[in-house]
Amino acid sequence: MSNRKIDRIEGTAIPVRGDNIDTDRIIPARFLKAITFDGLGEHVFEDDRIAISGHPFSNPAYAGARLLLVNENFGSGSSREHAPQALKRWGIAACVGESFSEIFKGNALAIGLVCVTTSHEIIDRLMELVETVPTSRLALSLNHRSIDVGDSTVSVDVEGPVRDALLSGTWDATGLLLDDFDVVRGVASRVPYIRGF
Amino acid sequence: MGKTLLKKVWDLHTVRQLSTGQTQLFIGLHLIHEVTTPQAFDMLRARGVGVAFPDRTFGTTDHIIPTGDISRPFQDPLAEAMLSALERNCAEFDIPFWNLDSDRQGIVHVIGPELGLTQPGMTVACGDSHTSTHGALGAVALGVGTSQVRDVLASQSLAIDPLKVRRIAVNGELGRGIFAKDVILEIIHRLGVNGGVGYAYEYGGSAVERMSIEERLTICNMSIEGGARVGYVNPDRTTFEYLKGRPFAPSGDAFDRAVSWWRSIASDTDADYDDVVEIDAAAIEPRVTWGINPGQSVAVSECIPSIGREDQNRGVAEALAFMGLNGGERIAGTKIDVAFVGSCTNSRLSDLREAARVAKGHSVAPHVKALVVPGSRAVQVAAEDEGLDQLFRDAGFEWRGAGCSMCLAMNPDRLEGNEVCASSSNRNFKGRQGSPTGRTLLMSPAMVAAAAVAGEVTDVREHFARTHL
Repeated sequence: MSNRKIDRIEGTAIPVRGDNIDTDRIIPARFLKAITFDGLGEHVFEDDRIAISGHPFSNPAYAGARLLLVNENFGSGSSREHAPQALKRWGIAACVGESFSEIFKGNALAIGLVCVTTSHEIIDRLMELVETVPTSRLALSLNHRSIDVGDSTVSVDVEGPVRDALLSGTWDATGLLLDDFDVVRGVASRVPYIRGF
Repeated sequence: MGKTLLKKVWDLHTVRQLSTGQTQLFIGLHLIHEVTTPQAFDMLRARGVGVAFPDRTFGTTDHIIPTGDISRPFQDPLAEAMLSALERNCAEFDIPFWNLDSDRQGIVHVIGPELGLTQPGMTVACGDSHTSTHGALGAVALGVGTSQVRDVLASQSLAIDPLKVRRIAVNGELGRGIFAKDVILEIIHRLGVNGGVGYAYEYGGSAVERMSIEERLTICNMSIEGGARVGYVNPDRTTFEYLKGRPFAPSGDAFDRAVSWWRSIASDTDADYDDVVEIDAAAIEPRVTWGINPGQSVAVSECIPSIGREDQNRGVAEALAFMGLNGGERIAGTKIDVAFVGSCTNSRLSDLREAARVAKGHSVAPHVKALVVPGSRAVQVAAEDEGLDQLFRDAGFEWRGAGCSMCLAMNPDRLEGNEVCASSSNRNFKGRQGSPTGRTLLMSPAMVAAAAVAGEVTDVREHFARTHL
């Protein structure tokens, strides 16, 4: 199964400072009480927005941002896919951070939400820029592993296979996994606890 | 060079290497619940795909169910809609489902081991990050999101990046009043909440080898709080004894054959690890979190860290401000409003017994609301058979039905306003227990019971000394 090919993501950026921002903060558990992902976008960071005056996601200057700038271990905690779903439904197309939690990154990839990493210094510089001038435009290129901002270019990291999957539109795994189902059946028949002891 | 359990299990379950660089890994056991699956089933229907191995998939309900009145329909229409969706989905796809009327219902990570569904050498997946729990039996257990739940339903496999293995050897004797919960809080504190990213944690050493399966479940459960998606303990005689006679475990001669295979998949003594960490069990004290992630803990005898220079202490000031605590003060003596014994970390029979031993003959402090929520119906029944329900009630605790309850407050059990909760659960994130400004102090069940009685954080060892236990 092929999906949308993803390479360039261009637009304004929204900064959310802090390490270890967990998925309970991105989307509190009470919004998981639903049988669809619809409407999650409007509740992204809801409790933080109430608690912290001037939270970037409440600031109209960042409306329409397509890139999210974050620090270390973003998306830690609960495996809820609702977190990347909420960000994506709000309008985020790419997260640029120092590092991401593993489950968050996998969930993001599964829905075509790009996660790339770069150094603390570069993140800090980008955050300062968009905090000062929220209309600054960033252009992420997966192909070039870079972000163009104004006249300068900074480099970003993304694992080769993940980048290939996004560029070629094969980031949704279900099709790949069902490609050769006989092999799956083969594994099932050799695993002792299924074959029988 | 020998192989680790992770490597052996990984190789056995590898379907193929994908063009994405990931491994297509066969999943031997898929556990599902009401929160992360409704969208996954809808995705299947949208693609016209069925469930590949319905007999390797098992469902129960845990996150949203009330622990008091469970008559249907639930008062919360959203909770009712979620359980109804799971009922419909399991019926449509022929998936065994233990509903509220089943004596097998409970928290998915409590019932898997309890029923003998989880076994050594298996790959396990569940749409819940605490799936790492099942590694206590020597399984490789992966928490996944909803799209990956869809993938497992459709193909009984996952696309996943290979993991490195860090062996964490806890050697020596744990002191009296020190529990598995203290060990894992110490490990997360030491290695950091993101120290395990990219790793599976293999727990071993003499202290872990002496632990019961229930204690090992507590340790493996919180692997993800240290960033490690997988945590496991090599299967040994304790594992085999635990599994013997459980409903889904092999029986008779098959059990003996299973044991010899289970032995063979344990890490070799000369296994090659990517990293090794040693921890002295004797130096571990009862631990309590003071912050907003599970790595932010101190020994109960210690002081809460001071803010220090902001550039060297990222996040401490934010955590202290949220928690309403002062850096430099002792954590013992912190007043609590609520005490919660429960969650997939600490809601098994041995956890309830430890809490009961502390509570016996005492009363919950007048200003504290205390509740005990068993992890499964089977735990509830076993505890009631021992009279623990009455013991807790006599001490002023509420005794509830099985479920996730106040660990994440998707049911009616939640903190209000700024309440401070001594909790045996796994996460102290902002807002985790249902009130956006509620505050969580993680600790062992015995420490929770001691805090409930004292009305404040207290050293359970002193409680024992005072009561000559």
